[in-house]
Amino acid sequence: MSQIKGQVAIKDLPPHLQKKLRRQKIVPSLKAKKLNRSVAGNTLLFTIMGICAVFMVLPLVMIVNNALKPLDELYQFPPKIFVRNPTLENFSDLFVLMNDSWVPFSRYIMNTILITGLGMVGHVVIASLAAYPLAKHDFPGKPFLFSMVVLSMMFSWTVTQIPQYAIISWMGINNTYWALILPAFCFGMGLYLMKQFMEQLPDSLMESARIQGANEWQIFWKIVMPNVKPAWLTLAIFQFQQMWGNTGSLFLRDEQLKPMQFALQQITAGGVSRAGAAAAVTFIIAAVPITFFLICQSSILETMTTSGMKD
Amino acid sequence: MSVMTNPAAAKVRRPSLWKNIRKHQASYLMIAPYFILFFFFTVLPVLMSVVVSFTDWNMLQTPNFVGWTNYVKLLVDDDIFITSLKNTLIFAVVTGPVSYMLCLLFAWIINEFNRGLRTVLTLIFYAPSICGNAYMVWNLILTGDRYGYLNGILLNLDIINEPILWMQTEQYILPVLIVVQLWLSLGTGFLSFIAGLQTVDKSMYEAAAIDGIKNRWQELWFVTLPAMKPQLLFGAVMQITQSFAVADISIALAGNPSVNYAGATIVTHLLDYGSTRLDMGYASAIATILFLLMVGTNKLVQKVLGRVGE
Repeated sequence: MSQIKGQVAIKDLPPHLQKKLRRQKIVPSLKAKKLNRSVAGNTLLFTIMGICAVFMVLPLVMIVNNALKPLDELYQFPPKIFVRNPTLENFSDLFVLMNDSWVPFSRYIMNTILITGLGMVGHVVIASLAAYPLAKHDFPGKPFLFSMVVLSMMFSWTVTQIPQYAIISWMGINNTYWALILPAFCFGMGLYLMKQFMEQLPDSLMESARIQGANEWQIFWKIVMPNVKPAWLTLAIFQFQQMWGNTGSLFLRDEQLKPMQFALQQITAGGVSRAGAAAAVTFIIAAVPITFFLICQSSILETMTTSGMKD
Repeated sequence: MSVMTNPAAAKVRRPSLWKNIRKHQASYLMIAPYFILFFFFTVLPVLMSVVVSFTDWNMLQTPNFVGWTNYVKLLVDDDIFITSLKNTLIFAVVTGPVSYMLCLLFAWIINEFNRGLRTVLTLIFYAPSICGNAYMVWNLILTGDRYGYLNGILLNLDIINEPILWMQTEQYILPVLIVVQLWLSLGTGFLSFIAGLQTVDKSMYEAAAIDGIKNRWQELWFVTLPAMKPQLLFGAVMQITQSFAVADISIALAGNPSVNYAGATIVTHLLDYGSTRLDMGYASAIATILFLLMVGTNKLVQKVLGRVGE
């Protein structure tokens, strides 16, 4: 929108004033109706989605129900999806088992927080930092470096695992947190994702900051990153899931270093009598990334509608 | 970089390249942490794997250089590889484009809702990807006796007279795996489309409505898709890596080896040699062929996607 002299754009007003004007319908509400929508189209699309949603939500429903089932219902044949006599026994069983663990259970939790937290934050920062020049600068070697990252995602991880193990041993970081965290910093997908989103930012945005004397580092933190918030929140979800699911059994030998996933799997490996605790474990293992997912997803808001973004 | 034929021009060019690198010091500094790690943990392992593919390394004895032997054996003598190649191609050709469209379709519909509902719906559709090995649910549905859900429903409706052993019958294995893979497909691409839709400038829709865009389909094709081209390209690459590398669901539902290799894919074949038989040379050769296959497909898909919104 072009700004006419003497007239103030709504988005430049302080938020409380904006709200007031919108409430009094002087200015159209932010939740204004979308353009070009027909009732028939809405009905068709939402029906398709409703039917599919029933199938997609199935694993969630099963995990919750299984966690609440008493042992006899878990072993019922033929199996039923829904629980009839819900109980929290499985969770109390699990807590008893956790207290019996060889290393205090809090230690496993600390390890997980460290590995997941560092692996996620580090990856988002390092990958974004590299993505910015690849998207917006023009330097010798750039196309080569970028296509190397994209191509690397197409090489089967199964066969590179062994050379990677050799390299990690050679670096002397085997049996430390770094063996899990450092390779996670340079996953190809994160860089590619961030680069694609940064490419959409108009060059004028960075140019005006440069004219005002900002250096590249400041531009990256103050302008680029806030404007690609949906991208790094999405990347955080992927990386959280990736790190959270890592049992570290390939690299970590010391019991004190192992993450919670490993300890929980040990508990569930106890056979028939542990089936209840195992269902509770499955629930917890799914619940944490889901909570993280919900927090990130709900903060993914329209970011490009802020002022001064157009070419 | 362009090849200089004129030696005088080359002389002029050399200092300017160095100057150019110096000029972009800040850029190199910013990419350094990532690419140093990337070199050690990804580039080196990939190069080592390619070298291993020309040897007979079995992880125990010293490897011998065997030249193209692994590749020749793979493409000429290995019938199972040909079967798995065929399965993988069928799989990729069906699930690849369909998954991709589903990701886009659902991300687009979900974007119509307000923030709270959008979050919940995104979770529901992403659920199979976030719940670890959620595809185990399908074991319950596909159980081969009367108590399997699918058999139960079909028996009740008198469509079949006796229960079908879904995962043990050759003709059903691949179609069932395709359905399960489609069910699992709303993953990485889906979330990146959701995020991409948030970055489309709202005023573009208003402008388009004034310019005579009549319905949501035109809006999608002429406004939304061109605006999120970077995400479309990203989604395509992720889709290729997933569709060609499918293995986990095949092993979990049909077993490895599956009945008469009906569910064998390139990666299950690779796992068979890599993890079971410890023939790393051969496994690496399979990985290299798979890599070339994906690179070729990627070239093709990027070309097609270049036409979006035209």
